[in-house]
Amino acid sequence: MFKIRGAEFIAPGIKRFAIEAPRIARKHEAGQFLILRLDEHGERIPLTIESADPAGGVVTIVVQSVGKTTYQLNALKAGDAILDVVGPLGKPSVIEKFGTVVIVGGGVGTALAYPTTAALKRAGNRVLSIVGGRNRDLVILEKEMRAVSDELYVTTDDGSYGEKGLVTDKLRQLLDAGETTRLVLAVGPIPMMKAVADLTRDRGIHTVVSLNPIMIDGTGMCGGCRVLVGGKSQFACVDGPEFDAREVDFNVLMQRNRMYRETEQRSLEEYKKRIESEELKGQDASCLAQGVKP
Amino acid sequence: MSATKQPSANPLTLKERIKVPRQHMPEQAAELRVLNFKEVNLGYSTELARQEALRCLECAKPTCVDFCPVGVKVKEFVQLIVEGNYLGAAAKIREDNVLPAITGRVCPQEDHCEGSCLLHKKVDSLGIGYLERFVADYEQRMSVPPAPNAAQTGKKVAIVGSGPAGLSVAGDLVQKGHEVHVFEALHEIGGVLVYGIPEFRLPKQVIREQIETMRQMGVEFETDVVVGKTVTIDELFGEEGYDAVFIATGAGLPVFLNIPGEHLNGVYSANEFLTRINLMHAYEFPKYDEPMVDLRGKHIAVIGGGNTALDAIRSARRLGGEKTYVIYRRSETEMPARIEEVRHAKQEGIEFRMLTNPVEFLDDGRGWLKAARCVEMELGEADASGRRRPIPKAGSEFDIPLQVAVIATGTSANPLIQSTTPGLETNKRGYIVADAETQKTSKRGVFAGGDIVTGGATVILAMGAGRRAARSIQEYLNSGQW
Repeated sequence: MFKIRGAEFIAPGIKRFAIEAPRIARKHEAGQFLILRLDEHGERIPLTIESADPAGGVVTIVVQSVGKTTYQLNALKAGDAILDVVGPLGKPSVIEKFGTVVIVGGGVGTALAYPTTAALKRAGNRVLSIVGGRNRDLVILEKEMRAVSDELYVTTDDGSYGEKGLVTDKLRQLLDAGETTRLVLAVGPIPMMKAVADLTRDRGIHTVVSLNPIMIDGTGMCGGCRVLVGGKSQFACVDGPEFDAREVDFNVLMQRNRMYRETEQRSLEEYKKRIESEELKGQDASCLAQGVKP
Repeated sequence: MSATKQPSANPLTLKERIKVPRQHMPEQAAELRVLNFKEVNLGYSTELARQEALRCLECAKPTCVDFCPVGVKVKEFVQLIVEGNYLGAAAKIREDNVLPAITGRVCPQEDHCEGSCLLHKKVDSLGIGYLERFVADYEQRMSVPPAPNAAQTGKKVAIVGSGPAGLSVAGDLVQKGHEVHVFEALHEIGGVLVYGIPEFRLPKQVIREQIETMRQMGVEFETDVVVGKTVTIDELFGEEGYDAVFIATGAGLPVFLNIPGEHLNGVYSANEFLTRINLMHAYEFPKYDEPMVDLRGKHIAVIGGGNTALDAIRSARRLGGEKTYVIYRRSETEMPARIEEVRHAKQEGIEFRMLTNPVEFLDDGRGWLKAARCVEMELGEADASGRRRPIPKAGSEFDIPLQVAVIATGTSANPLIQSTTPGLETNKRGYIVADAETQKTSKRGVFAGGDIVTGGATVILAMGAGRRAARSIQEYLNSGQW
């Protein structure tokens, strides 16, 4: 069992957990992920590690409620425990002194980009960050990102905060204004990463994306996480999760990620129904108000 | 049949023994078992076991022992069954095999003990696997405590991977008095036994019982540790203080066919398909969260001819697959699967499309599989594997309508440990190089065995490597000589 040391919502439906996992905390490098399973009947889900404190034996993850498992996870509190946590998995981000780098984080993707951003900053890069969300509430980790960026831009789809528009609009604007960069790192929803790749491909800018395919074991056994990169099958768990954005077939990724949408939907609806029918009291209700009910 | 006159308790003459037919293994009727995941084979009764044991010719030089990768003393344990000493028989097997209830069920006996049986020249070979399973299950029902270990040596051995090779080494070394710690990457102990082999062939309960026995023997297990990532081999020797490490991480990533359409939804690797079903219980959705494509009424094919292929397609049948095919590019004679599994699969209504090879998976227009375009094959000259090479027939293309295809054509080497262990030599295919006799690798104190050395093989071959490794680890720990 892995004890939850801390749990707090950082946006509606988005929660940060600090989990006691000393072995993982000691070995974590930016860009890596873990896999967790909540209970005996749970599925295994991959989640990027946001930060690690080797001395305290704790890793943090940022979780957005999208399916049954993440809803269930976001209903957990400090003091609760998770049955299985394994990691750190995947190859770490390549951290070098590139010069100027641009980080693009969309929604919860910002939390996933954060450790790599911090590492790139520490490596002496000039870091320009663009973080965005659908609305003001869904712009997360602005303060943390600002601390590790030379310049930070915020965009929202509805204009409720920062500049109105998409992160890719801002990226285009920077590049058009003559900003030269050796690396763009984009982490977020697949359409966003695809749009970034399309934008940088023509300009010949090396661009890295962190992919989130369906995954089960995460250790190079099952092959469920295969992605089409440069026309060849690659496995996100051992070859990734970061890949050269210009080589990734995003359409195949999107199509494969939809494979279980119906069953996932059914799972989530049944879970919500069960929760609603249960008697909810005290602190549970406040937790559910933010985490379970969208 | 006084014991003084006859060295054997068997009252039958050799001629009489040959006349006794091989005792049929009771099994669930095919029409029933395709509706459930319960074990197909039901096991011998004591009466059937005795009848079968009486057939043993008690050869002066029993080839069955030589052909067993772990050297189970077949003749001796069968004689003990004839004497009615079933616990004695179980103890005899345990001298060489720590997982008899498992090998009794999944070992390809026809390639080893039973294939070499003298009876096989005239009639059916002795049912050695069935007898092994019988005594192992008998011993389990009697809850016999494991034999005591040798005095503690103070030496620590780390075993990486809890599949058949790892468990075999763990069992052998804990008995020698060493402290044995098994690391498992997944959340359950057993490796391929739990994620790969389905319930109807090897019930989870049987594995759990065998693991429990090992725990009682003192073996420690730790799940959720990916050696090479969570902790490195060098750290196991350094801060964690182990004296020897045995690497048995098993088969790696699936090999795909590299044909168009392989990324369509509905195309699975066998590892993923079986992991969802066996390890993650997707067949019990929604009680378990793991999703699975609804197979009811679907047309499903597995590509490949090994045990994994049959495990996958027989699972698909049980999950409601209406048409279920095995597509294999050679003929049935070349299929590497166990004979019993082929027989069972056919009884269950699975169609065998031999000498057939897919060349493309076709899209239904929405990103899902709708058919496999195949070519007919014919067999040419023997290739490096000794099997006749399949050659496509020109102009023979045809389509098999399918919604799900499962690719079971093998695996490649898992790279995780090799890439984080300096000084560990691998071959050009990425497998760890280990001595065939001692299982020693190029790195001092590190031994390796099973699929991570040989590539995909069988449970019993992995256990054989485990036995050899246990012997040389013991030697190394005693002498300190590499």
